[in-house]
Amino acid sequence: MKVLAAMSGGVDSAVAAARAVEAGHEVVGVHLALSRMPGTLRTGSRGCCTIEDSMDAQRAANILGIPYYVWDFSEKFKEEVVDDFIAEYEAGRTPNPCMRCNERIKFAALLEKALALGFDAVCTGHYATILTGDDGELELHRSNAYAKDQSYVLGVLTTKELKHAYFPIGASASKDDIRAEASARGLAVANKPDSYDICFIPEGDTQDWLNDKLGEKEGEIVDRSGNVLGQHTGAHGFTIGQRKGLNIGRPAADGKPRFVLEIRPKTNQVVVGSHAALAVTELAGSRFTWCGSEPKDATTWFEADVQVRAHADAVPCLAAVVDGEIVMKLRDPLMGVAPGQTAVLYVGTRVLGQATIDRTVSALSVEAETIGA
Amino acid sequence: MAIYLDYAASEPINPEVLATFTEALQSAGNPSSTHSFGQASRMMLEEAREQIALAVGCDRSEVIFTAGGTESNNLAIKGLFWKRRGENPARNIIVSTYTEHHAVIDPIEWLEAHEGAELAWIPVSEEGVVDLAWLENFLAARGSEVALVSLMWANNEVGVINDIKAVTALASKHGIPVHSDAIAAFGHVPINFKASGLSAMSISAHKVGGPIGVGALILGRAATLTPLTHGGGQERSMRSGTMNAAGAKAFAHAATLAIADMTRHNDHTRALVDRLRDGIESSIAGARFSRGSQPGMTHNAHYTFEGLKSDGLLFLLDQAEIAVSAGSACQAGVDRPSHVLLAMGRSEEEANSCLRISVGLQTTDADIERFLQVLPTAVAAARSANPT
Repeated sequence: MKVLAAMSGGVDSAVAAARAVEAGHEVVGVHLALSRMPGTLRTGSRGCCTIEDSMDAQRAANILGIPYYVWDFSEKFKEEVVDDFIAEYEAGRTPNPCMRCNERIKFAALLEKALALGFDAVCTGHYATILTGDDGELELHRSNAYAKDQSYVLGVLTTKELKHAYFPIGASASKDDIRAEASARGLAVANKPDSYDICFIPEGDTQDWLNDKLGEKEGEIVDRSGNVLGQHTGAHGFTIGQRKGLNIGRPAADGKPRFVLEIRPKTNQVVVGSHAALAVTELAGSRFTWCGSEPKDATTWFEADVQVRAHADAVPCLAAVVDGEIVMKLRDPLMGVAPGQTAVLYVGTRVLGQATIDRTVSALSVEAETIGA
Repeated sequence: MAIYLDYAASEPINPEVLATFTEALQSAGNPSSTHSFGQASRMMLEEAREQIALAVGCDRSEVIFTAGGTESNNLAIKGLFWKRRGENPARNIIVSTYTEHHAVIDPIEWLEAHEGAELAWIPVSEEGVVDLAWLENFLAARGSEVALVSLMWANNEVGVINDIKAVTALASKHGIPVHSDAIAAFGHVPINFKASGLSAMSISAHKVGGPIGVGALILGRAATLTPLTHGGGQERSMRSGTMNAAGAKAFAHAATLAIADMTRHNDHTRALVDRLRDGIESSIAGARFSRGSQPGMTHNAHYTFEGLKSDGLLFLLDQAEIAVSAGSACQAGVDRPSHVLLAMGRSEEEANSCLRISVGLQTTDADIERFLQVLPTAVAAARSANPT
């Protein structure tokens, strides 16, 4: 088939492209330009958006003997990912921009463009596996390299997108294997450091960057009963579960530390409370998608596992669609889950779907906490 | 076999020039050395200088060899600005247009950011024509504050030709030196430096079938500038550094051939571009010829295609083994909206939908027919890849 290999300039996408070539596909390398003003050299742990990264991708394509192009998605990326990131923080939520990029850019804008230009599939260096289920439909599964598994960030893929997604290194045992393979293939990116930071935030300082975009906006720090405990200069500067830097003069009645429990954008309030109140027993979101075939009757409670961060373990839950919302009742409480985060549902290794968390239910009721205090 | 229709980006080296160049590269000697080897190199360089002078219509001592067009533009703009403002601090304005090549815009904007220069951009029409009445009024009002005017002879993207004599006539009333980036124009339109009234003019070898990495700044005898590089004092002390005698010789040969062949070249390319325009405009709706009815270089056809992005179209054409471009590409190889079209008042969508086809003496009728055969399908696919 005709394969578009999305090449970030990193080792994973380079080896993925190499394997696609070796499998006999007709492969074209494409680097996505996501920044209007790309830096010249790579800095810190950001891995895709500088001219150096673009050159790394080009050199890999040269070694593989495939054509290489740079396509400009910077406008779309700004609208769909960067602006969304800012808007989500402004709305008191904690978004995952990598997920959003997969959903709106790599497996949407890029895939659509690729299909229109005559390609059959988009190949990336993600660690995840696409299998055919018992019903003959495609399913997305965790990678064998559990430590590197990226099925979480691919949870947004729909059946149609799975049909055109190709993850040649998805079943690899480890990243070390991929680096060794890159080295054996003569790819200079074999030892390029992994990227962790958000690609569009320079120096990796999200708070500083958000302050610059959103500015200071004074508001109140309150407890769950509404008592004002202090002031803040911008609610976006707080994350759920944060303990340090609250600058509340008065200690809690029980003398125990307080944590950020909730951000209320409408009133610009930051809600704090005890560690026990940080535990949530229920997650719910109205923005959800199924990955591959959906459950026969999603309105009936079913057992699944739910993962709320890219590098977290999945925990058991009961899930069901109730009044247009997917509700996940956790078997054991999870600490510090923020609205805006993505909950990915798994059954075994299979990704069942995902939801953006709109609301959470605390393990400790307001009444119980007040009595406790 | 791939078809090359991107002569404006770089013209394939002429085989005769290549032979001259490779032979010249075999000679030893620094042109500044006094021994026989050095003298042989110096002779090669000075012969080249005379040939370039003949090709552009200037004195031999007015030719300053450089390492290419960008260097020539930087030398002229920064050098003239520093010299003129150094003589009189009131002269702090640089006048130019935003349809210039980045090798002109960027040094000018650098002078604004780092040297406090004031910039005045002459408006251009939708077809890329410079507003001379605006320039006349501006110079009448603030001429004594102007350090220099820089205006390209012909536009590298859309091909429109400027009336350089009219500009120098306006500037000379105020004693203002005019520089022209003639890199795209040289070899394609008749140029006579002396008659033009210019103080400085940039040219480059690889746009006329010479090697990449050689250029010249033609600097009038009366003009002086502050050099950018300091060292051995070569090239009138305007451009220190060991001279590239072999490159200069190859450039001179290419320039001489280009001037001698200009009529034949222009007749040939005009016929090809006429056929190309007929073919495009009769088969593709929403194709707009960028310079409209304005006079332009015969070998250049620049279009915008409604409803597509250039990168998709360029990809499809490259897959069909046809090499064209969207205009100038930045160093990351990304096609950005054309700043030239934006300056011409076009929308960002239009500026993102460009295609520049440029031909030369080696281009055949069959190349054009093949291109016209492939283009409609490619445009249709690129449009479907760009849903609105």
